[in-house]
Amino acid sequence: MSVLAPDGIDTVPGVVAVVLVTVTTLAIGAWGLRLSRTTSDFFVASRTVHPGLNASAIGGEYLSAASFLGVAGLVLTFGADMLWYPVGWTAGYLVLLVLVAAPLRRSGAYTLPDFAEARLGSRGVRAVCSVLVVAVGWLYLLPQFMGAGITLEAAIGAPAWVGPAIVALVVLLNVTSGGMRSITFVQAFQYWLKLTALLLPAAVLLVVWAGERGTAGIPGSLDWSSPAGGGGGGQELYLTYSLIVATFLGTMGLPHVVVRFYTNPDGRAARRTTLVVLVLLGLFYLLPPIYGLLGRIYAPELVGSDRADTLVLELPRLMLPGAGGELLTGLVTAGAFAAFLSTASGLSIAVAGVLSQDVTGRAYAGRRLGGIAAFRVGAVVAVLVPATAALVSPDLGVARAVGLAFAVAASTFCPLLVLGIWWRRLTDVGAIAGLAAGGLGSGAAVAWTMAATEGRQGWADVLMSQPAAWSVPLAFLTMVLASLLTPGRVPGHTGRFLVRLHTPEELAVERGLDGHLDRSSLDSDR
Amino acid sequence: MYMGSLVREQLRLARRTLLLLVGTVAVLPLLFVLVPATASASVLGVPLPWLLPGVLVYPWLVLLGWRHVRRAERNERDFAELIGEASR
Repeated sequence: MSVLAPDGIDTVPGVVAVVLVTVTTLAIGAWGLRLSRTTSDFFVASRTVHPGLNASAIGGEYLSAASFLGVAGLVLTFGADMLWYPVGWTAGYLVLLVLVAAPLRRSGAYTLPDFAEARLGSRGVRAVCSVLVVAVGWLYLLPQFMGAGITLEAAIGAPAWVGPAIVALVVLLNVTSGGMRSITFVQAFQYWLKLTALLLPAAVLLVVWAGERGTAGIPGSLDWSSPAGGGGGGQELYLTYSLIVATFLGTMGLPHVVVRFYTNPDGRAARRTTLVVLVLLGLFYLLPPIYGLLGRIYAPELVGSDRADTLVLELPRLMLPGAGGELLTGLVTAGAFAAFLSTASGLSIAVAGVLSQDVTGRAYAGRRLGGIAAFRVGAVVAVLVPATAALVSPDLGVARAVGLAFAVAASTFCPLLVLGIWWRRLTDVGAIAGLAAGGLGSGAAVAWTMAATEGRQGWADVLMSQPAAWSVPLAFLTMVLASLLTPGRVPGHTGRFLVRLHTPEELAVERGLDGHLDRSSLDSDR
Repeated sequence: MYMGSLVREQLRLARRTLLLLVGTVAVLPLLFVLVPATASASVLGVPLPWLLPGVLVYPWLVLLGWRHVRRAERNERDFAELIGEASR
C-alpha cells in the first residue's frame, strides 16, 4: 500500500482527532475502573446495565471499520447491491431478537461455550465452541486492525503498522484494566461519537453538493450499477442471497454481541435492549451510502481502487478545500478510530474471556493463575495474534473480510443457538457434528478466498467467496440428523433447561427454576 | 405441562415475524430481478433499489421488532396469569 497523504497535506486535524479519541477512551475507561472490582464486573458488568446504556454500548461495539469505512467504499464501487451489507447487519438483530435474545439471557450463561455446556452437559461441545469463538473473534479483529492501518495512512501519512499498534495498545490498556464495566461506558460513548462523526460531515457535504448541483452533476448516475441481474445474472443473485443468509443469521453468533446480552438484568430487558439497538443501527446506516453516492461524483478516481475504503476519510477534503474540509476530516478520522477501538475492545474481551476460562485459567504444572490475572494474559494473546496477522495478510477490503466472519458465525453458532433454544432433541454428538460441518465448510471457504489472488471467475470462486448459502443449511442438516441418530444422548435436564429459557424471570424464581449456573460460578471468585 | 403452550406460542410468533421479514425484505433482490419494472421505478426521483434497502427498510425493521416485543411480552403475561389461576 502506498502512502496516501500527498506531500504538504495538513496532518494536524487527523493527529488531534486520534489523540483525542484515544485519551477520552482511556479516561472513561479509568473512570469505569473505579467501579469495577470483581471478576464478575470484569466479564459482564455484574449484569446491572440499563437497556438504554446497554443498547448504545452494543451499537458502539457493533459499528466497526466495516460499517464506518467499508460500506461507503463498497457502494462507491459496486452500487446498490452493496446496500445489503448494512441491511443484513441490522436485520441480524431482528432475527436475534426473535429467536435468541430473551432465552439466551435467561440461560444465565455468559459466553457461547458456557451456553453450550449448560444446555448439553458436555465438555466436548464446550471445547469445540471455545475454538470457534476464538476463530470468529480473530477473523473479525483482523479487518479492524487493517482498517486502523488504512486510516492513519490516509489521514496523517503514517506507516501501515502504526494504526494496528496504537489500537492494540489502547485496547489492551482498557480491557486489562477495567474489563467489561468500563468498556460499557466507553462503547456507549463511542456509538454517539461515530454517529456524530458521520452525520455532521454528511450534512455539510450534502449542502455543498446541493449548492454545486448544476456543475457537479446529479446522481442520474444512480443507475451505474443496477441491482442484481443488471448483467451479472445468477452469480450476482447468489452472492446477494448468500450475504443475506450470513448477516441475518450470523449476528447472533458473534462472540462480542452475545457477551453483551448477559449484561441485561433479565430476559425482557434483553428484548427491549435489542429493539433500541435496531433504532440506533437504522439511524447510523442511513449515512454510509450518502458518502458512496457523493464519492461517485467527487472522487471517481477511488472507484474500484484498493483505496475505496478510504472514501469516507478523503471525501471532506475533496469536496471542501480549506479549513472546513480539514475540520471534517478530523471528525471522520475520530469516528473511524472510535470504530476500531470499540469493536476491537468488545471482541478482545470476548476472546480473552474464553481464553482465560479454557486456556490461561487452567492449572499448568500445579500452578494456576487467578481469575483476573488469567483474563489479562488471555487479553494479551487475544489482541496480539490478529494485530500481527493484520500486518502480513492480504488486503481483502474491510467489509468483505467482516462478511466472512459473519458467514462462519452463521454456519456454526446460529444452528447451535436456534436448535439449542427451540428443539429438545438436540444432542451433544449432533451439536459437535453440526459445528464441525459448518465450521470446516465455511473455514475452507475463508482459506480459499484469502489465498485467491485474482478476482473471482467461475462458480467455484463465487461459492467459496460467500459460503453462507450452502454452509448454513449444511450445518443445520448435520446437527439435526446426527441428533436424531443419537436419541439416547439427549441430556436428562433438557426439559427443565428449556422451561427456564422461556419462563419469565419472576415466575421462574417463584417456581424454583432459577438456575444453578446463574451468578454462582463467577461470584465465588470474589 | 402449561410450559409447552408458552413455548409453542412463542415459536409460532417467532415464525410469523421471520416470515414477515423474509416476505418483505429478503424478497427484494429477487423481485428486482424477476420484475425489472420495479428496479427501474422511482419515487421522488430516487430509484426503488436505492430507496427500499437504503432508507425505508430501517423503520420497517424497527416496526417489526416493536410488534414482536409487544406480542412476546403479552404471551408471557397471559402465561403468568394462567399459572396464577391454576395455583390459586
